[in-house]
Amino acid sequence: MSTDSSSAASSASNGAASKSLADVSANRASHRTPGNNPIGSGLEARGVHAWFSKHHALSNVSLDFAAGTVTALIGPSGCGKSTFIRTLNRMHEFIPGAAMAGEVLLDGKDVYADGIDVTKIRLQIGMVFQKPNPFPSMTIGENVLSGLKLAQIKAENKDDLLEECLVRSGLWNEVKDRLDAHAGGLSGGQQQRLCIARALAVKPKVLLMDEPCSALDPGSTLRIEDTIVELAKSITIVIVTHNMQQAARVSDYTAFFLSDGGPGQMIEVGPTNEIFSRPSDQRTENYVSGRFG
Amino acid sequence: MSSAVLPGSATPKARQITTNPRTSDKVFRGVVTSFGFSALVLLTLIGIFLAVRGFQTFSTEGFHFVTGFKWDVSTDEAGKITYDMGIGAMLVGTVLVSTVALIVGVPLSVSVALFLTFYAPARIKTLLVSVVDLMASFPSVLFGLWGFFVLMPMATYWAKLIYKYLHWIPIFSAPQPYFERSPFIAGLVLAIMIIPIVTSVSREVFAQTPLDRVQAAYALGATKWGMIRAVVLPFGSSGVVGGAMLGLGRAFGETVAVYTILNLVFRPNWHVLFGAGGNIASLIILKWGEATGLETKALLAAGFILFLMTLVVNMAANFIVSRTLKSGK
Repeated sequence: MSTDSSSAASSASNGAASKSLADVSANRASHRTPGNNPIGSGLEARGVHAWFSKHHALSNVSLDFAAGTVTALIGPSGCGKSTFIRTLNRMHEFIPGAAMAGEVLLDGKDVYADGIDVTKIRLQIGMVFQKPNPFPSMTIGENVLSGLKLAQIKAENKDDLLEECLVRSGLWNEVKDRLDAHAGGLSGGQQQRLCIARALAVKPKVLLMDEPCSALDPGSTLRIEDTIVELAKSITIVIVTHNMQQAARVSDYTAFFLSDGGPGQMIEVGPTNEIFSRPSDQRTENYVSGRFG
Repeated sequence: MSSAVLPGSATPKARQITTNPRTSDKVFRGVVTSFGFSALVLLTLIGIFLAVRGFQTFSTEGFHFVTGFKWDVSTDEAGKITYDMGIGAMLVGTVLVSTVALIVGVPLSVSVALFLTFYAPARIKTLLVSVVDLMASFPSVLFGLWGFFVLMPMATYWAKLIYKYLHWIPIFSAPQPYFERSPFIAGLVLAIMIIPIVTSVSREVFAQTPLDRVQAAYALGATKWGMIRAVVLPFGSSGVVGGAMLGLGRAFGETVAVYTILNLVFRPNWHVLFGAGGNIASLIILKWGEATGLETKALLAAGFILFLMTLVVNMAANFIVSRTLKSGK
């Protein structure tokens, strides 16, 4: 699926590996807790189940994402973490036969409630995908602003917005002289940051990132991580990752997902340095120390 | 052993790699190869046949054959036969009828393809796809009869309406208020006849829209229509153009349906609503039975022109479609 730090960690001594991840997390400049960052919106999943036709993929996940925090979802392949993140902005329902149960509350309001305009939900809960997916027929500038056109939002000053989004996604200096060039000419990492800028342009309150670095080289990965840390000052972020180093580097909270052959479940959630230093569940301990996965 | 080559002293020559297939394989290969080329050979032979038979007309009439508007075979009192052959009016008519067919048929087909690809529930989709495909194999004379008896009374009324309100636009004007058997009505019938091919090509291209772009649009808060406009249509546009040109190829060559409806007149008529028109294929079927001598050759020459037009349009269409499917742009 992707390059996985756990495979490297498993060759080292397990205790040392888990300690280093905890250290990485502890080294983060400031650990934010709910309340000390008023920007962004709270997102709350309550008893979420997901099915693909008859296959029960995810069972009873309840998870709070406090406003202005970064939460990493980790776990081995097939544990339901990508399915879970896609239920949050209602992308799950595009798969034929997909179903869900439970509630997802954005600022206290159920995004699955009757009569909700789903396109407005997705405007507030943006998403960045595994593979960079800019629109190839559009220029770099048009890509960033494409969300406004799609959702028929009027921007007061498009040039300012364009610059702001590209600065926030860390791409401005590289593309400011060629905003009229086609997006296909950018490298993979640049394309992914372009996708982040595009997601930011519609001013979402929450940003979901589904393995945003798994198709990128280590250098691009680091740049995206810097971007995430920077963005976290102003927006709520949920990130799915296979890379535990990455979870330790960028997240405030970490949730561990696991499937024991049946539907995926959330085993535990906590502050990232606790999950990596003293997890309460043995299975989490095994995973973060590289004993499986 | 005297010319031993030291390792690394020279680049070795690439070896010739050969295989020796079994006889049965050779026979099979021969059979499929010859059948595979048969289509090409047939097409070439037909082209050569038309060109050779029509050659005399090209040489006597010259460029006048394409630009002339008369089609006269007259015998004077001395028994001398004079010919004045020109398919200009027929060319004008062919283009006019085909244009109407495309203008009406392509938007219809694109809508059908979008509905089938993105909106139709699975069951309805299966049903509609087979119905649309069935339309392709429906005999064209039946389209013609239906067009004559069912569509024409209605379409004549529409033509009158268009004439009443838009006659100040040159193409919608008419020298006399005669609106039956017009290029407009023939074009409407042709529009229906090109729906299957345009729809199926468009559907094929739309279905290949990359899923990640579709999801990107939805994740930005796009409605379904917004997603189609931003992702599907840019991706599929050249495929639609290719499909439309395949439809145009069919429209050029369609004979019986147009012949049933159109009032063939040897006079160039650009008034789309006026009941007078031309069509090369219909010309051939109209004159064939009574033609003799040079006139037969002139008809074959007209056929050769039609053959070239269809060939060029179809080749362009295939090129555009295959380029779209390959590049994935």
